[in-house]
Amino acid sequence: MASVATTVTTRRRRRTKLQRRQTRVAWLLLVPSLAVVALVALYPLGKTVFQSFTNQEFLALEPTKWVGLQNYTTLIHDTFFRTAIWTTVKFTLITVAFEFALGLAIALVVNSSFKGRGVMRAVMLVPWAIPTVVAAQMWKWMLDDTFGVINDLFVRIHLVSHSHAWIAEPSTALASVCAVDIWKTTPFVALLLLAGLQVIPQDLYEAAEVDGANALQQFWRITFPLLKPAILVTLIFRTLDALRVFDVFYVFFGNRPDTQTMAIYAQSTIVGDGHVGYGAAISVAIFLIIAIFVVIYMTVNRVTEE
Amino acid sequence: MQSMKRRPLLVATALVAALALVVGLSVAAAGTSHATKAAATMPAPKVPNGAAIRAKYGGQSITFIGDSVGGSHARDVALAKEFRKDTGIKVNIVPHSPASDQSYAQLARIFSSHSSSMDVAMVDVTWPGVFAPYLVNLKPALGAQSKIHAAGIVANDTVNGKLVAMPWFGDFGMLYYRTDLLQKYGYSAPPTTWTELFAMAKKIQDGEQQSNPNFSGFVFQGNAYEGLTCDALEWIASSGGGSFIDNGKVTINNPKAAAILDLFRSQIGVTTPRGVTTYQEGEAQTAFTNGDAAFERNWPYAYSLNEAAGSPVAGKFAVAPLPHGPGGHSVATVGGWQLAVSKFSKHPGAAIEWVRYLTSAAVEKFDTITNSNVPTIPALVKDPAVRKAAPYLNPATAAVPRATRPSSILGQHYNEGSKDIYQGISQILNGASASSVLPTIQSELQALLK
Repeated sequence: MASVATTVTTRRRRRTKLQRRQTRVAWLLLVPSLAVVALVALYPLGKTVFQSFTNQEFLALEPTKWVGLQNYTTLIHDTFFRTAIWTTVKFTLITVAFEFALGLAIALVVNSSFKGRGVMRAVMLVPWAIPTVVAAQMWKWMLDDTFGVINDLFVRIHLVSHSHAWIAEPSTALASVCAVDIWKTTPFVALLLLAGLQVIPQDLYEAAEVDGANALQQFWRITFPLLKPAILVTLIFRTLDALRVFDVFYVFFGNRPDTQTMAIYAQSTIVGDGHVGYGAAISVAIFLIIAIFVVIYMTVNRVTEE
Repeated sequence: MQSMKRRPLLVATALVAALALVVGLSVAAAGTSHATKAAATMPAPKVPNGAAIRAKYGGQSITFIGDSVGGSHARDVALAKEFRKDTGIKVNIVPHSPASDQSYAQLARIFSSHSSSMDVAMVDVTWPGVFAPYLVNLKPALGAQSKIHAAGIVANDTVNGKLVAMPWFGDFGMLYYRTDLLQKYGYSAPPTTWTELFAMAKKIQDGEQQSNPNFSGFVFQGNAYEGLTCDALEWIASSGGGSFIDNGKVTINNPKAAAILDLFRSQIGVTTPRGVTTYQEGEAQTAFTNGDAAFERNWPYAYSLNEAAGSPVAGKFAVAPLPHGPGGHSVATVGGWQLAVSKFSKHPGAAIEWVRYLTSAAVEKFDTITNSNVPTIPALVKDPAVRKAAPYLNPATAAVPRATRPSSILGQHYNEGSKDIYQGISQILNGASASSVLPTIQSELQALLK
């Protein structure tokens, strides 16, 4: 540790003109892309934060007024929003857990060599390739209790005694939408984990074979530790995506109050009711909630690396 | 070497085959459409003064936010084709969302951003008040033509003396019922009260489920969207429970409203499919047209789909006024769509000609015969060809008193107010007791009226 510290200080004292010039060039090269990011990401974010302190309405003819923290105090007492947060978090935990477990299993299988592996890798991506809205509408019709094929199939093979209204019943509603999302996104998780698996050198496994390790030991001692970076990236991707879920819930449930997600609630407030100011406050709250998850992951990442 | 060359081809073939399978399954799941059959029965009318219009606006392109329910898109396409042939004006049709609260959101976005991305749009009967500042005054160009339309609708479309929209078609809720099943189970007439309807539905359902396990007694629009506000208004207003807001006061929290809502709640999953709480117009109509329901509440557009050649229920159904509650009388929620021209349109002249064509007597007659919509021109109701195609225009069904949604009093808050209503009623249908939900709806609507 001490030697690293001295090297750093020596480096700092000895910054040459060349190094300073290179740093300047680096900044100049970065400025265009930073400007684009600022315009596309920072400006809308800043505008949203600003709007959350006003009472702006979509189609209002009166001018907008500054109202300070009023939107936020209303938000704290908003039971619809609290339900939406809870629904979204439940959805995230269930889908990320299942998608990770299934995705890892599929990635391990597809990583080993067998006949038709190439075809399998292509076919397994088909659910991910279908646009989410299309897939959601497809599943909504398939799960219908009057004309849906799923109920027909389940009744025929005696898995259930009669047709169930999977989407309408509050007890099975969340499960049905989780199932559809897991069907759709597991291939994506499998793909990300497969990429991570392919980077692990084969000779490690050969050495383990020589040492007499069985498959399970190989997995825990070699695969899992070396896969950790890919796993973290995958989990971050999936968690952030799941927290912002909109399409599949919207197609299945519309504006049903008990199954609103945070994104649906924000959309219906801004676009349906026309409350841009209050909706902006909701959006900022969603942003902060997602930021909490990002911080958790980043901390775990840093702890694992040390 | 050979196997290496064949591998990518194999992968590509497998991917295409898998995609084809998925697309094929989704198309099968979507079911067949009777739309094209209905629209093909009559040619679109010619545009009067086509040459003169061509001279002024020929070659221009306008965007029309048109219909999407049932066979209506096919009707829009047929009319646009004829319009282009006669006037040289190209009409780009963008079907709007079948859920009218989403269609509202789409128009709100376009108007608030002053976008010229659309020229003519379909406007629901509850929207002229909200969108008036963004619409062209049609009185100078179409005032004369508006005189042939029903005065009540023209008045609805006139805001502060400006005619902001032209009536396109009327709409009202009615009861579709299976005449063959009523006869089979010994009923001589359709039900007149809601309790009678549920009793008849139960008996027919019990009998029919022996051979068809997917059969249900009654289907309606129960999803959490604007359509539920329309259906619930009929239930409540026909039972003496008021119309949500009456004479400037919120009246929804009353015992008669609670009683009829609790009655409906008790029937979910019993005489209605459990999934009816996810049904919009399309699902209810599919269930009835496929022969899986004895009774259906829907708008007139479903008539032509049920009557189309190849429909399993063609010739086996009829329409009647909706039932009423104890001590009440039948009502029908007023629907209906108007056509409006955006103030931000780059081609207002061409847009007005399109509206003039669509709201002419000839085209409304075409719409009624091919798409079973209700014409807004009273003279057409007496036309024998129209009466033959639209039997529900007989006085018994068509003269039922109309219930109107509280759009004028809620103004620009109508969308939010309707959401408070349909979200609350959706909770009741999904199991909450009416007495626990109605006070919340009452206070939410009260807050909007302030």
